[in-house]
Amino acid sequence: MSAAGVDVENVAFGYGATPVLEDVSLSIRKGEFFAFLGPSGSGKTTLLRLVAGFGLPDRGRILIGGRDVTRDPPWKRNVGLVFQSYALWPHMTVAQNVAFGLERRRVPRAERERRVRAALDLVGLVHLIDRRPAQLSGGQQQRVAIARTLAIEPEVLLLDEPLSNLDAGLRAGVRQEMVELQRRLGLTTILVTHDQEEANAAADRMAVLDGGHVLQVGTPTELYDRPANRFVAGFLGTANLIDGQVMGDGRFQAGAATLPSPPGAAAGPATLALRPQAIRLRRDGGIDGGLAARVLRAEFLGGHVRYTLQLADEVTLIAEEPHLRTRETLGVGAPVTIELDPQQVSLLRA
Amino acid sequence: MSATTLETATARPWRARLRTGATASQVIAALLVAAFLLAFLVVPVGRVFAAAFMDGTSGPTLVHFGDFFRTSLFIESFWNSLYVAAMSVVVASLIAVPLAVILTRYRFPGTALIATLGVLPLVMPPFVGAVAMQLIFGRNGSINLLLMDWFDVRIEVMDGLTGVIFVQSLHYFPFILMNLSASLSNIDISMEEAGQNLGARGPTLLRTIVLPLAMPGYLAGASLVFVKVFDDLATPLLLNVTNMLAPQAYLRVTSVGLADPMGYVISVILVAVSVATMAGAALLLRGRDYATQQRGGGGLGKRALSPAGRALAWAFVVPVLLLVLAPHFGILLLSLATVWSYSPLPDGFTLAHYDTVLRESPQFITNTLLFCGIAGGIDVVLGVTISWLVLRTKLPGRRLLDVTAMSALAVPGLVLGIGILRTYFDVHLPDGTSLATSWIMLTIVLAVRRLPYALRAASAALAQVHRSLEEAAENLGAGRMLTLVRIVVPLMAGGLAAAFVTSFATAAVELSATLVLVTRDVDAPLSYGIYVFMQSAAGRGPGAALGVIAVVVVAVCTWLANRLAERERMRRARAPAEGGR
Repeated sequence: MSAAGVDVENVAFGYGATPVLEDVSLSIRKGEFFAFLGPSGSGKTTLLRLVAGFGLPDRGRILIGGRDVTRDPPWKRNVGLVFQSYALWPHMTVAQNVAFGLERRRVPRAERERRVRAALDLVGLVHLIDRRPAQLSGGQQQRVAIARTLAIEPEVLLLDEPLSNLDAGLRAGVRQEMVELQRRLGLTTILVTHDQEEANAAADRMAVLDGGHVLQVGTPTELYDRPANRFVAGFLGTANLIDGQVMGDGRFQAGAATLPSPPGAAAGPATLALRPQAIRLRRDGGIDGGLAARVLRAEFLGGHVRYTLQLADEVTLIAEEPHLRTRETLGVGAPVTIELDPQQVSLLRA
Repeated sequence: MSATTLETATARPWRARLRTGATASQVIAALLVAAFLLAFLVVPVGRVFAAAFMDGTSGPTLVHFGDFFRTSLFIESFWNSLYVAAMSVVVASLIAVPLAVILTRYRFPGTALIATLGVLPLVMPPFVGAVAMQLIFGRNGSINLLLMDWFDVRIEVMDGLTGVIFVQSLHYFPFILMNLSASLSNIDISMEEAGQNLGARGPTLLRTIVLPLAMPGYLAGASLVFVKVFDDLATPLLLNVTNMLAPQAYLRVTSVGLADPMGYVISVILVAVSVATMAGAALLLRGRDYATQQRGGGGLGKRALSPAGRALAWAFVVPVLLLVLAPHFGILLLSLATVWSYSPLPDGFTLAHYDTVLRESPQFITNTLLFCGIAGGIDVVLGVTISWLVLRTKLPGRRLLDVTAMSALAVPGLVLGIGILRTYFDVHLPDGTSLATSWIMLTIVLAVRRLPYALRAASAALAQVHRSLEEAAENLGAGRMLTLVRIVVPLMAGGLAAAFVTSFATAAVELSATLVLVTRDVDAPLSYGIYVFMQSAAGRGPGAALGVIAVVVVAVCTWLANRLAERERMRRARAPAEGGR
């Protein structure tokens, strides 16, 4: 399969007067597993559909393999779209579904049959070739939908929330299979999802979208560790976001509470972002090198305990501590000392 | 194991079966409904079958069927009926399929027009329009007179079987239009987009994806058209076509007599073909309930028409509209015409025909109001009772009541009429007339024929009433009967009103059973009056006037039924009790 990169240049799109995408630019490399991550209404599915040719951007260009396809209709583009609902045709068998794109491309019969089998083989479903979609489980339907797009040997594979119609228990396994298949084929793939765990686990790089804008692009760890703004910080897992002032001397002042700020940060107003697992809790009662706090709420979540801690006056922090049999769970009202590594703190400037 | 424990062990399931919460009132209600269905549907149809398969003295026989298939007139009639029904499906499809595609897949300014097209024919019974169609499209009708004048050509669409096909297709195509449109708009848009994504477009997409997915709706509509046309008596009779099955059965029973077995044999064949068609359609549809297999959201996307496409669409819709309106215009003109013969338009206009009808035979109208009003009332009561027994009780055999009531759909009016004659002709009323031909029996037959509509409407309405609303009443001390009367029926009111109006309107233009059962003008309803008037050239004007009145009645009722159903939906949408889920 001949993979190709995808370039989205200054694309804007709206339904009537309602803007859905505003000035979106992205460059997806050849062979890359890329994710569009965002809440519903962020425009991620619309952007994916524009790449597939469903809708014409109001402005901007879309290039596949360096070729401008902005005005090409869906049937002229060689991209494979796996629909959220799978969109398997119920009146056709699995084989007929998979053969459909090949028939449109006038692939000779023998060659067609070989490629149908090969595509189904990739997803491990050759034995179900004569079934109808209604006779398949959800996971099998999803794999047929993938095989149907792979059969045409697309330049780009587009996955629209592919796991959302699967039982929770199946998702992790199917996700791993999907990633392995993508690696094996070296196929440029774009995944649309609202689930940050799904994007983190599958994608090489991802773009976080909100309100029709791309907020940040990067690898999952880059985005998690160095979020560019409050939205990205909050969307990729739990984050403590505290408004205050960088004092310039390594301190961050939030009301009466003093927290460490990252080394070398310029003074001025900022939001401090801190992951709950970066907070260390000390139970020895000493204050030196730490901050005094009190437990407001303690939630046992199985693998870890989530504490809501009160610092000085209004400032509260969420801290998470791995749960061990030998470690005592702090009760509400218990005093605790917290330690913060300045290296774990990010600053967000409005 | 002792004898006593064994006894209780075997007795328990039996007692448990009886302990289904059935109260005396439920059992009585079920028995009354069963008695009604037995007396006026099962037994009469059974008598028809018995008469067809029995020889007066020597028991079961197929000799009557042998006679049927040795009589060339019957063989010809059989093939003619099949041919007319099949061709009507073809012609109706040629009209309905493009309309449905335009309606559901394109943004077309004439959408409202198409929706109107879907209702207009249904408000006019085909036999009413038949004569008007003769005057417009007939051998010496307006169109042909003009064509002869201008181009010296003549089109013969109203002759013989072709005429029946023409009139029936124009009347029944809405069944295909409505079913196919519903099916088309239920197709998930991603089904189509997946096709485009894999390289299909335009006609290929239509052929490979859209039409196969819409096939269930099309088949449902087409089989309905086939059966309705195959069973119809009035339209062929009014067009003077008698070499078809239904007219043959009617003529045998009315002219040769009730003892002649051929009427019954033909009736059995009518029922058999209807049932076989329905069963065949159901078989074809098995496993093709595509609507439930698509889980994405939204229907097919509507796309803009190119200027050429739009012109093409108008070029199709406008002529169809004119064709559909032709019988309406024709009957209106005829009702107002002094003389209309061998001329494109009437010679002059008058209101005299309405005067004649209202002065000389107002009983046609009052009879219709009376008979159909009572029939509609019976239907609502039976519909509520049966749906309540089915949905709210565990009475053994309750489904059988539902199925039996619904089976009236498969019994042509002609066959039911013949069965009623056979069963009740010798039962005499105190004044000496036969029960079978009294207006009471006609009213009951109309009720039986329209019961399926009312029953489905009542079932739908009852299914919408959440069980907890009844339980609340029971919790506060109301018994079952009181709950039904005070809570359930008021909540079903909108749906029931729509059911009543629909039953009333469709009963008002029933002519198959009516033709068989009515013997005297004084006991005759509108539809019979139209038929009788239309038999003579002099009666056409008054007949048309009656026809216009019938169309107005049906149109008003249809509008009312839609309004009631719509209001009910609105009310429901606001009701918090049902909005909980």
